[in-house]
Amino acid sequence: MIYRPFVATLVLFGGILAIVAGIAVSIGTGPAGISLWMIWDSILHFDSISEEHQIIQNLRLPRALAGALIGASFAVAGAMMQGMTRNALADTGLLGINAGSGLVVAIVIAFFPKLPFEYLIYFSFLGAGLGVLLIYAIAFFARGALTPLRLVLAGAVVGALIKGATQIISLLSGTTYELAFWSAGGISAVEWFQVKIISPWILVGLFIAILLSPKLTILSLGEEVATGLGQRTRLIKAVSGIAVLLLVGAAVAAVGGVGFVGLIIPHIVRFLVGVDYRLIIPCSAMLGAVLVVFADIGAKLINMPYETPLGSIMAVIGVPFFLYLARKENRQLL
Amino acid sequence: MNVQSFNEIHRLRKKNSIKVISILTFLLLGIFLISLNSGAMRLNPVGVWSTIMGEGTFKQETVLFRLRLPRMVIAVLIGAGLAISGAVLQGISKNGLADPGILGINSGASLVVLIMVIAAPSTLFANPFVLPIGALCGSCFSAFLIYVMSYKKGHGLMPTRMLLVGIAVAAALSAVSVILTLRLNPTEFDMVFEFSLGSLYGGNWDYVLALLPWICIIIPFVYYKSHILNILSLNDSTGIALGYSLEKEKIYLLLAALGLAASSVAIGGGIGFVGLMAPHIARKLVGPKHQYMLPVAALLGSLLVLAGDTIARSILSNTELPAGVVVSMLGAPYFLYLLIKSK
Repeated sequence: MIYRPFVATLVLFGGILAIVAGIAVSIGTGPAGISLWMIWDSILHFDSISEEHQIIQNLRLPRALAGALIGASFAVAGAMMQGMTRNALADTGLLGINAGSGLVVAIVIAFFPKLPFEYLIYFSFLGAGLGVLLIYAIAFFARGALTPLRLVLAGAVVGALIKGATQIISLLSGTTYELAFWSAGGISAVEWFQVKIISPWILVGLFIAILLSPKLTILSLGEEVATGLGQRTRLIKAVSGIAVLLLVGAAVAAVGGVGFVGLIIPHIVRFLVGVDYRLIIPCSAMLGAVLVVFADIGAKLINMPYETPLGSIMAVIGVPFFLYLARKENRQLL
Repeated sequence: MNVQSFNEIHRLRKKNSIKVISILTFLLLGIFLISLNSGAMRLNPVGVWSTIMGEGTFKQETVLFRLRLPRMVIAVLIGAGLAISGAVLQGISKNGLADPGILGINSGASLVVLIMVIAAPSTLFANPFVLPIGALCGSCFSAFLIYVMSYKKGHGLMPTRMLLVGIAVAAALSAVSVILTLRLNPTEFDMVFEFSLGSLYGGNWDYVLALLPWICIIIPFVYYKSHILNILSLNDSTGIALGYSLEKEKIYLLLAALGLAASSVAIGGGIGFVGLMAPHIARKLVGPKHQYMLPVAALLGSLLVLAGDTIARSILSNTELPAGVVVSMLGAPYFLYLLIKSK
């Protein structure tokens, strides 16, 4: 069994450096140019009259932090789903969980636009929970083993169904334009209070994931092995499901559906540190954060002055990766 | 099984399929009549009849002949086109879960239509004849990607890989569509949005004319190739033993399926799951033989889209719900049911 704690330590330290650098670059990029010195200055001597300081503190910094948080969430949720389902293609976006969360949020935004964010997030959890339940239900009722191919197909169709429902809602409420922006997944509108609301949930989710990580390693060897070793697989799956819905629910509530982070990162991490989830979970959180912070810098730069939706950028990066996996693991997929 | 009982089964199937076809035709006519009478402007059957007889008011004539009828004819044509396209794709891929929407062919066509709308917003309404060709380029592009990536040397087209690659291509193309869509202003956005959902709203006789040749040429071609489809959906070795060049036939049929899906998407937008449901139900009704299954599937496809559009038109009085959404709401659960039931 491959277990590389040294590489993992390197990944974690390198990750911290990369995130700090990424956040600094992210604060510096955008329509208003801001120097590194200015960022430093605004942290040490915040001056509420300075326009640059206001931009840094109220727009750029929360955005960069939100990127790091949601990146960690989606990556860890994806890693957990992959471990639980032993499915190389599992990702909360591909399995329709992001979409479930998005649907419920869309309903609330469309019909109760004045609902404060701290309540909205509970609806996001509810939607993510429904998405997780639906996947479990399909796996439970399926005749024969649910191969990765069939799980992904089910996810794609659940996604299509939920998208249709979301579109009906947006047509009924006359908010198609607004909802399209929101559901494309963008961090641009994130503010401090949202970061403050999502962070405790995400930290709890990450904490559960780290606690469960030894069990996930055993579960990823197969259900029979895990049961043979005296593991309560159902309990572990249920608790992992809760962690996934906390992570995804909080992330989607803040920025909308962003797929493929949970697909790409765990694979890269497994390649680097081996198959032990005690290393995979923290490293996935770190690299997921790095990926999204940098992808968001791309979202600002690609099509200036327009914002490119983060979800689309991730799909464009993620699809080739998905195809590579689909070809590589084709034998197991059937 | 001896030859006599084999012939017996054959005779019964033929008799059964004639029965099914006539029942479906009556059903289609029934929905057609209901559809004629429903919509934002209520016309009672007497009003419809007198208008057809040429005694209606000017307003009645406009609603019936210029708005409602072309839209219904489009629904019937698109339904048949998508159903046959799905049947062909399922035959080629030997996978009952194939459908132009799931395989990403719709998203290729939609993307090109979107680009055309952005480049020259007036083309969408000014010249419907250009759209199917643009859409065909788009769907050929996504089909080409899928074909290349699911081709394995020595094995030909890998059926299961085709579905995975299709999902991926659909995801990538719709991501690009979203990036482009967000640059539109709200009015253009609404136009593209409705289109992408499969709204038949705004269809006129020009659209019918643009669609008709595709449907009228390709569907008979596919029907003519029924025996090849029968062989393809069983296994390739039989066909090779019978002396067919199967890879070539596959490409012809794939092109036919593309043409049908692309022209339908160009005129009606992305209506998903018709290509999945219609052939399945048809197989359940008359068996897997394509000579019987294809016409039944075409009728069922027309029924689905026409019914979907009629529901979409009458369910809400103030907003027009796109037909595609209604059909997906029926189709996605059916797909999941098939997925759970298949071994």
